[in-house]
Amino acid sequence: MRLREIPITAWVGLFGIALALFCALFAPWISPYGETEVVGNVWQEADAQFFFGLDNLGRDILSRLIFGARTTLIVALAATVISFSLGIILSFTAAVSGGLVDTVFSRFNDLMMSIPTLIFALVVLAVLPQHLIVLILVMAILDSTRVYRLGRAVALDVAVMEFVEAAKLRGEGKIWIIFREILPNTLSPLLAEFGLRFAFAILFLSTLSFLGLGIQPPTADWGGMVKDNKDGIIFGIPAALVPGTAIAALAVCVNLVVDWLLKRTSSLKGGRGDA
Amino acid sequence: MSNSTEAGGSPARSLRERFPLLSIIAQRMVLSLILLLAVSALIFGGVEALPGDFASTYLGQSATPEAVANITAELGLDRPLVTRYFDWLGGVLQGDFGTSWASRNSVSEQVGNRLGNSLFLAAFAAVIAVPLAICLGMLSVHFRDRIPDKIINVISLAAISLPEFFVGYLLILYFAVNFGIATFPATVYQGMGFLERLQTIALPTATLVLVVLAHMMRMTRAAILSVMSSAYMETAELKGLSGWRAIVKHAAPNALAPIINVVALNLAYLVVGVVVVEVVFVYPGMGQYMVDAVTVRDMPVVQACGLIFAAVYILLNMLADILAIIANPRLRHPR
Repeated sequence: MRLREIPITAWVGLFGIALALFCALFAPWISPYGETEVVGNVWQEADAQFFFGLDNLGRDILSRLIFGARTTLIVALAATVISFSLGIILSFTAAVSGGLVDTVFSRFNDLMMSIPTLIFALVVLAVLPQHLIVLILVMAILDSTRVYRLGRAVALDVAVMEFVEAAKLRGEGKIWIIFREILPNTLSPLLAEFGLRFAFAILFLSTLSFLGLGIQPPTADWGGMVKDNKDGIIFGIPAALVPGTAIAALAVCVNLVVDWLLKRTSSLKGGRGDA
Repeated sequence: MSNSTEAGGSPARSLRERFPLLSIIAQRMVLSLILLLAVSALIFGGVEALPGDFASTYLGQSATPEAVANITAELGLDRPLVTRYFDWLGGVLQGDFGTSWASRNSVSEQVGNRLGNSLFLAAFAAVIAVPLAICLGMLSVHFRDRIPDKIINVISLAAISLPEFFVGYLLILYFAVNFGIATFPATVYQGMGFLERLQTIALPTATLVLVVLAHMMRMTRAAILSVMSSAYMETAELKGLSGWRAIVKHAAPNALAPIINVVALNLAYLVVGVVVVEVVFVYPGMGQYMVDAVTVRDMPVVQACGLIFAAVYILLNMLADILAIIANPRLRHPR
């Protein structure tokens, strides 16, 4: 694959993700002010000193945006990684084992999926203590149902192939078959799905924080920043829209990359021959 | 259902042969009912089984051991789980969701007022979004891989990535604050005129439409495209039908079942999207009620709202299944 073949939209997406990652990694060094530092008046307008203005408590929005990238990305990424590992392992186990295991896993998955994700999260978060680990786990487990469904479909396609049959006849164990035979052959659709789930995790986390059930103040997080500044909207103060734009932009960027990955996968399946 | 009484004594096998469609529909309904029952158990049992002591949370600072014991007894939390579940389920079946822990009001009364508001908002959004999405999807297929399709593709990709609250506040800032042509907050009350009500919910509706439209359109496009690659579409093209006629006459009817599925799926999504939009626009519906209850850990309200949202979701999915079976005769005789 050559760099020139990557379409411009994918470059935009990659650039956006890289920018967010850069902010997340070097937040304390590149942000002009502290995360919770009050530097001026409430909802002070943007000027040369404060690029995006100040928020509802007089904190610098740009600095909080940079620190927020850290929280948002880490939580969303952790949730996606856990949800993916869980979903893939369970779905591949179901596909390889078949029979009762498959039925039990799949029916339980259907049950979990019959409740809308946000509603399920609201019900669960109403009971559980407010803690970052709890939040990540709830997001991960709810999301893993979607991964499970795709993973099972993909794995079933591969599980009937001759080389899997051969491995079974050779006497390889289930773990070998899952990780050495099926996983490498399903990697590209799963990679696109990973991006899709990541974009969804960012939106989901922001929504939860916006509803006041995600990341708790004073930690900066993009969804929570929208919640903090939403009362300003009525007075025509666009402070809430800055973190909102950041969420949207990051999600768009991830989706652009996923779109390219999906197209690439489908053109590979179409058999153009140039891997 | 009158058919089953007509054929009273005959064995089930002949019933199924005589009324294949009805028996499949009945089967789907029973399945959904079982699913709903399982969901109610999950919502009730799961919530109870999770760690977290309600009584102490409920009392907060003043949680002395005696007070905790008192509250536990008062709320009936000292009884066994199974008894409480069946009590709750029995109440729900009679339309009684218990009393709220926070306000001591009847949950059913609140739900009764708010459910109508939420459904009205979602239905209004659906009436606008569904035809628009299907038309755009067909347009996009008609111009596939050309400029209009690419523009629709990029815009819809962006629209999918926008969180509901962002779209909502953007609309508020421009239409309610800057131009002053819409109202915010979207407060509705009983006895409000129909037109006035429509005007009030214009912005929340627009938000929901924007959020759902892109999804529905992309899925419609995919559904029609998969039909387009079939042999009879090639025939239609070869016998000289114009592209647009081929889509309307041949592709669309065959894509009906998948499109119905897409629509129902997105309507179900709409029901959830309502939660965030209601919070943004301070609209007195179920979503706001639930979010408020979650923040103060008012469990009867959370359970009631959770169950109702899940029920609507399951119902819509069941409807999609049944309509797809009616639209596609091949699905009537599985295997």
